[in-house]
Amino acid sequence: MTMVVDARGVGKVFGRGVEAVQALADIDMVMETGDFVSLIGPSGCGKSTLLRLVADLLEPTSGQLLINAKTPSQARLDRDYGMVFQSATLLDWRTVRKNVELPLEIMDFAAEERSRRAEEMLDLVQLDLFADHYPWQLSGGMQQRVAIARALAFQPSLLLMDEPFGALDEMTRELMQQEVLRLWGETGISVVFVTHSIPEAVFLSGRVLVMTPRPGRISSEIVIDLPPERDLNTRESPRYFELITEVREALRRGES
Amino acid sequence: MTERDRIIRESHETDVLSAFEGDVPVGGRTPAAIREFGGKYLPALVSFIVVILLWEGLTRLFGIETFVLPKPSEIISSFIETWDVVWSAGFKTLFEAVGGFGIGVSAALVTSLAAARWVGFREGMLPIAIAANATPIVALAPIFNNWFSITSPLSKMAVVAVVVYFPVMINTTRGLLEVDPSELELMRSVAATSTETMRRVRIPHALPFLFASLKVASALSLIAAIVAEYFGGPQDVLGQYIINRANLFQFPDAWAAILVASILGVTFYVLILGAERLFMPWHVSLRTRE
Amino acid sequence: MSESAGKTSSSSFIRGGLSILAVIVVFVVLWEGYKFVWTALEWTEPVDPSDRTLPHTWDIVGALFQPAQRNGPILLFVEVKAAMFTLREALVGFLIGGSIGFWLGVFFVRSQTAERAFMPYVVASQTVPILAIAPMVVVWGGKLDIPQWLTVSIIAAYLTFFPVVINTMRGLRSPQPTTVELMRSYASSPRETLWKLQVPAAMPYIFTALKVSAAASVIGAIVGELPAGFRGGLGRDLLQFSQQFTAAPEKLFASVIIAGLAGMVFVGAVTLVEHRLVAATRRQST
Repeated sequence: MTMVVDARGVGKVFGRGVEAVQALADIDMVMETGDFVSLIGPSGCGKSTLLRLVADLLEPTSGQLLINAKTPSQARLDRDYGMVFQSATLLDWRTVRKNVELPLEIMDFAAEERSRRAEEMLDLVQLDLFADHYPWQLSGGMQQRVAIARALAFQPSLLLMDEPFGALDEMTRELMQQEVLRLWGETGISVVFVTHSIPEAVFLSGRVLVMTPRPGRISSEIVIDLPPERDLNTRESPRYFELITEVREALRRGES
Repeated sequence: MTERDRIIRESHETDVLSAFEGDVPVGGRTPAAIREFGGKYLPALVSFIVVILLWEGLTRLFGIETFVLPKPSEIISSFIETWDVVWSAGFKTLFEAVGGFGIGVSAALVTSLAAARWVGFREGMLPIAIAANATPIVALAPIFNNWFSITSPLSKMAVVAVVVYFPVMINTTRGLLEVDPSELELMRSVAATSTETMRRVRIPHALPFLFASLKVASALSLIAAIVAEYFGGPQDVLGQYIINRANLFQFPDAWAAILVASILGVTFYVLILGAERLFMPWHVSLRTRE
Repeated sequence: MSESAGKTSSSSFIRGGLSILAVIVVFVVLWEGYKFVWTALEWTEPVDPSDRTLPHTWDIVGALFQPAQRNGPILLFVEVKAAMFTLREALVGFLIGGSIGFWLGVFFVRSQTAERAFMPYVVASQTVPILAIAPMVVVWGGKLDIPQWLTVSIIAAYLTFFPVVINTMRGLRSPQPTTVELMRSYASSPRETLWKLQVPAAMPYIFTALKVSAAASVIGAIVGELPAGFRGGLGRDLLQFSQQFTAAPEKLFASVIIAGLAGMVFVGAVTLVEHRLVAATRRQST
């Protein structure tokens, strides 16, 4: 089985000379197909930077990083991953449907294929009735669902999410978390999920990587041994709260 | 970037020199800042000098006639020879421009305050102002010439005043109105009267908008004065001077007059910039390069 | 105006029409009111209210339907023809200047070196107040045997291209960084990013510039028509009626109204195009 993500000793330095800032140092991380991994840590711990290294939006300054056994550049050119940001970044001059088709247009899919896939994806996120609406007509949560549909449209093997629910209210957030788990279950995709929220990280992932700042490092890894089928009951189970406490303490330790 | 910064940035729409503004470092006059500023513009300055030299050289080389393209040297020598005439005309036109600017801006400020205060007035005035901005206001020049006597500077000032009035009024009203709702709620919560709200919240908020429009207006006022002069009047002003020289094909003289117009325009603009820094020292930091 | 997309277009049209009517009525009332009051009080400042300097509004409108010259076509007809002439010049220049401005903006955003090298010239070009020297440029063009209408169009192009360049650049650079990262994550080519992301994002900015330039082009066209010998446009007619003011002041006022309308029509047309291309799909805050 290929390693979806294989990082060894990865580091990232911004700037040069006196003004150099070491954003990440000695990052070792492995992910196998179908894993759901969260990155959590205080501001400035480099979790978004790490995500962008995986996405080839930034280049590492040290170490080795392989995505699907290729260089991140190659993985990006091969369109191996889809990305979802904190702001939905939908193009407001395009309908929902056309927004989902955007990556497909760039990847030169035929018109019928694009149409079909867009329909499929919108069905998957249950927004098929809104296909011909414009982004401003949708709520924040719905816009994020469109963003997710768009990210999955070309069926990548990896989904990168950078605090996608940070701008949503708590209730919508919980609904969206359930959605993501459902999609993950149905598609078998691998997910790297960056978040600030401890309950979110615990609820969603198989593993939580706790990061500490200055320079960004992975200080501990916590395996989430909750059952794979998670729902409201999970949120009230004792083990859930124990794990949340574990993660919180790992974060505290990292800060001292 | 906040909504307000975006609005300020966008209100610089067609404002020529604001394209440069962001390059002035916030630190002002430190040696490093000056060097940085110089570093950016030195190449442009050098290439400008090169262009002037080439212009001079090539026109001489190919014996290009003056009426086709005057040489820089001819323009400069005309500038020096006609110094008195050209500057006296310049200042007469400047008088019209500044006078009209004063009238127009005052009227605009008064109407803006009224528009911000009374919704009914605003809903009536703003659409008119926006529509009027789209019309060639200089077409009023012949009417003003007849009303206010063609020989009086007032006829030209009136044109400048109307030209300047609309953009200043529109922008200042916008500035007075587009205040953060939470600031307004704060004022309500301390039972502030609408006058106090106006003074403490709306007016300071409107200052960037006001100055942005004043900068545009300063450039417009000089141009409007010259254009108004084209519709007739005394001969000793820039507009008439330029057109007379042009009709006699004495182009170097005309260009020298244009040089004066540009210098006066830039000076006026810089004065407004200075006033802006005086009134809003905090605002400079908003104007950094994207 | 978030309720657009066709739903209320007819009712907002009616509302717009009614408010225009209201404005006209108010204006007429103020005008005639000024005449009445000032005449009764025998005041002559700031403007003499006599029929010679301040004709009645109905006389002005009436003048439009009188022959402009002895046994000639009516004034309205003559002036509309002149307006079309002027607008044509303005339009040609506007389109050329707009295209140049757009492509220059795209070029400068693509190539930072080009921007560094040429932008100062672009800005410097605008320190020459072209509106102020329009008549001179027309005389100059005449000496070079360039047809007058062409020189005027060039002036309009000059006035248009600068705001369009600036706003095109601003608009092309306006998308959020995350959206740009998104395009990169799709391994999108620069050209695709340009046409699928940057240009559509730039449209509101470009149209803001175009509306301003439209007004400026009309002004430039009128001013460029002022030098002696220019026939057929609004500029010359305005000068001519100005000279005939003592004999027939209504004609000047009437032609000024037509000139004003011409400007509004041009800007209005650009606004209509904007609504088609831009506003319908976005929530616009005017």
